[in-house]
Amino acid sequence: MTAMAVPQSLLSVRDLKVVFDGRHGPLTALDGVSLDIAPGEILGVVGESGAGKSLTGTAVIGLLDPPGRVAGGSIHLNGRRIDNLPAEAMRLVRGKEIGAIFQDPLTSLHPLLRVGDQIVETILAHLSVSRGEARTRALRLLKEVGIPAAETRIDHYPHQFSGGMRQRVVIALALCAEPKLIIADEPTTALDVSIQAQIMSLLKGLCREHGTAIMLVTHDMGVIAETADRVAVMYAGRVVEVGPVRDVTRHPSHPYTAGLMASIPSVHARHRHLNQIDGAMPRLNAIPKGCAFNPRCGSCRDRCRDERPSLGAGLHIAACHFPLRELVHG
Amino acid sequence: MAETETILEVKAASCRFDVSAPWLSRLASHEPRRVLRAVEDISFTVRRGTTFSIVGESGCGKSTLARMIVGLQRPTEGSLRFADIRRLDGSFGPPRVQMIFQDPYASLNPRWRVGDIIAEPIRELKLRDSEAAVTGRVGDLLEIVGLSRADARRFPHEFSGGQRQRISIARALATEADFLVCDEPTSALDVSVQAQILNLMVRLQAEFGLTYLFISHNLSVVRHMSDHLAIMYLGRFVEAGPADEVFNLPRHPYTRLLLDTIPDVEKPNRERKPMSGEVPSPIAPPSGCAFHPRCASAVERCSQQRPTLRDFGDVQLACDRA
Repeated sequence: MTAMAVPQSLLSVRDLKVVFDGRHGPLTALDGVSLDIAPGEILGVVGESGAGKSLTGTAVIGLLDPPGRVAGGSIHLNGRRIDNLPAEAMRLVRGKEIGAIFQDPLTSLHPLLRVGDQIVETILAHLSVSRGEARTRALRLLKEVGIPAAETRIDHYPHQFSGGMRQRVVIALALCAEPKLIIADEPTTALDVSIQAQIMSLLKGLCREHGTAIMLVTHDMGVIAETADRVAVMYAGRVVEVGPVRDVTRHPSHPYTAGLMASIPSVHARHRHLNQIDGAMPRLNAIPKGCAFNPRCGSCRDRCRDERPSLGAGLHIAACHFPLRELVHG
Repeated sequence: MAETETILEVKAASCRFDVSAPWLSRLASHEPRRVLRAVEDISFTVRRGTTFSIVGESGCGKSTLARMIVGLQRPTEGSLRFADIRRLDGSFGPPRVQMIFQDPYASLNPRWRVGDIIAEPIRELKLRDSEAAVTGRVGDLLEIVGLSRADARRFPHEFSGGQRQRISIARALATEADFLVCDEPTSALDVSVQAQILNLMVRLQAEFGLTYLFISHNLSVVRHMSDHLAIMYLGRFVEAGPADEVFNLPRHPYTRLLLDTIPDVEKPNRERKPMSGEVPSPIAPPSGCAFHPRCASAVERCSQQRPTLRDFGDVQLACDRA
C-alpha cells in the first residue's frame, strides 16, 4: 500500500472539469476531480451510475466524445501533461502508455480479425519489433493470461471464445505494448461470478508482475475491496472520499460512503432490514449548492447547504465538513 | 395464516428446447437433432408467505424455471401445481401469480402513463366496478410502493431505475397477487437503490403475506431475502434447503465455489485461489455429474454416474463425495 501522493505519482489528475455543451447551456459532469496513482498501484474508483467514474477514465485516455470536453484542470502522466495533446500525439500515448479494458469484451475486439492478428497489430503499432517477434510475444501473452492451447487459439476469431476467455484476450491486448497504466472500466461486470473472480485475480497478478498500475472503475465495492490498494469514492461528478481500501471500507468517513457500505447485503449474516440512503443521485442540471450530497445526508447542517467542502490532502481524506471520524491530514 | 401451507408444488419438471438446424441442413451434414436441456427433473415446494430463491450462473436454467412457473413456458415433462389458498378477503382459490422483471427500462410501456400501466390489470380482471375506484386503487398502490399519487400522470422515462422498479411492483400488486416471481429484480440497480427495493419487498411480504420466488445470481442478496434456496447448475438442483443451513454449511463443491468467489467487502485484499473452468454448454453437458470437470474433489466415478438428489436432514444434495 504505497499511497502518498504527488512526487512519485504516475498519473496525476488535478481539478479536472469535464462539461457537456447542451442546448440548455453547459452541464458539468466532472467537477474538480483530483486523483493520483503511484507506479504499480491499483486505485479503485467506485460510485453509482452517473457519478462520473467512467467519465474520469475516458478523460484520462483522451476518448471524450463531443459535446464532452475537458474544461479545466490537468492530467499528467509520468510528469508529462497529456490532457491538451493533439489527437495524433494522444493516439501514441493510448495503447503504449495507457492500456484500456472495457466492460464488454465482445465489443472491444474486432469481430473480423483473428485475435492473434489484433495483438500483433497493436504491438507493431507501438514497439519497433519484427512481425515474427510480435507474434512470439502475442503467443507468450496469450499463455500468460491463461488461454488453453494458445498455439491454436491464436488464430481463432473473437466469436469462438467464451465471455471469460474473451476478456482474457482483451487483457492480453491491453498489456501487449507494456503500458505503465491500465484503465479497467467494469472489467468483470458482464461475466458470471465464478469467472469474475478468475479474471480479477489474473489481472491483479499480471499487473503485479509487470509493475503496471491500474485504475479500476467499478460499481462493485466487493471487487474494489479485494483488488485495490486505495479507493476513491465518487458522487455527482466529485470525489468525496479517498483512502486505503481497508480504512475506507471499515471506517468510512464521508456519510455517503458510510451509507453505501451499509446498503450492501452481507453473505455472513441475515438482517431483516438493510440500511438505505433515501432519494437518488441528483441530475447534472440540478446539483445542489454546497455539498452535493446534502439533501440525502443524515448529518446535514446549514454549512453543508452553502459551502462546498474541499477534499484536502492526506492519506485518508473526505470532502465533508463534518466527517464521521477524525481524519489524518498530511 | 399458517406458514407451513404449501402454495406451489413442482414435481419432476423438465423443459427441453429443440435447437436443431433445419432438417434439410441436418440431412445434408448428417447431423442429429440437438436438444437443449434447460431444466431437468426439478422438484420442490414453496410454502406460503416465504421466499424461495434459485441461484445459478447464466445458462443454468433459472429463468426458464421462472417462466414455467408463471406459465410463459410449458414443461416438457413433469407438473407444476398451485394449491388453493384462502386469501385475506376470505375468497378461496388458486393464488394469483405475477412476475417482476429484471430490466425496469424494458418492462414498462414508454408511451403509457404510469397510472394506466398500473390500472391495466385492474381493468382487465374487472377488480373494481367504476373508473373512480380504479383511480383510487392506483393512487393507493403508488403510495404502498413509496411513490406519490400524483405520479400516476407521469411517463416511465421521468423516473429513475429504482422508481421504475417500484412501478413494476405496484403493477404486480394491482392484481392482488399472492405469489410474485422476481427474476433478478435488483441486478440492474445501484447498491443504495437495491437496498431501497429489497427493503420494500420485505415490508410488502410482511404486510400482505406475499410469497416470493426469487431468482438471482447475487448470493448476498439471496442471503438477505430467502427462507429456502436452491443452487442450480446446468438445469439441475445441486443443493437445496433452508437458507441459513446452506449458507452456514455449504456441502456441494459448487455451492462452496460460489460462496468462495463472492468479492467480500468485509475481507479486503483477501488472496483467493482462483478456480478453473467455465460453465459448460447445456447442449452438451458433461457425463456423470455435470460439475465434475471443475470440481476439485472429483473422482472417476463422478464422470460416469450422475449423483441423485438425496436428503441430508433438511438439505437435499446431489453429490456422492460430500
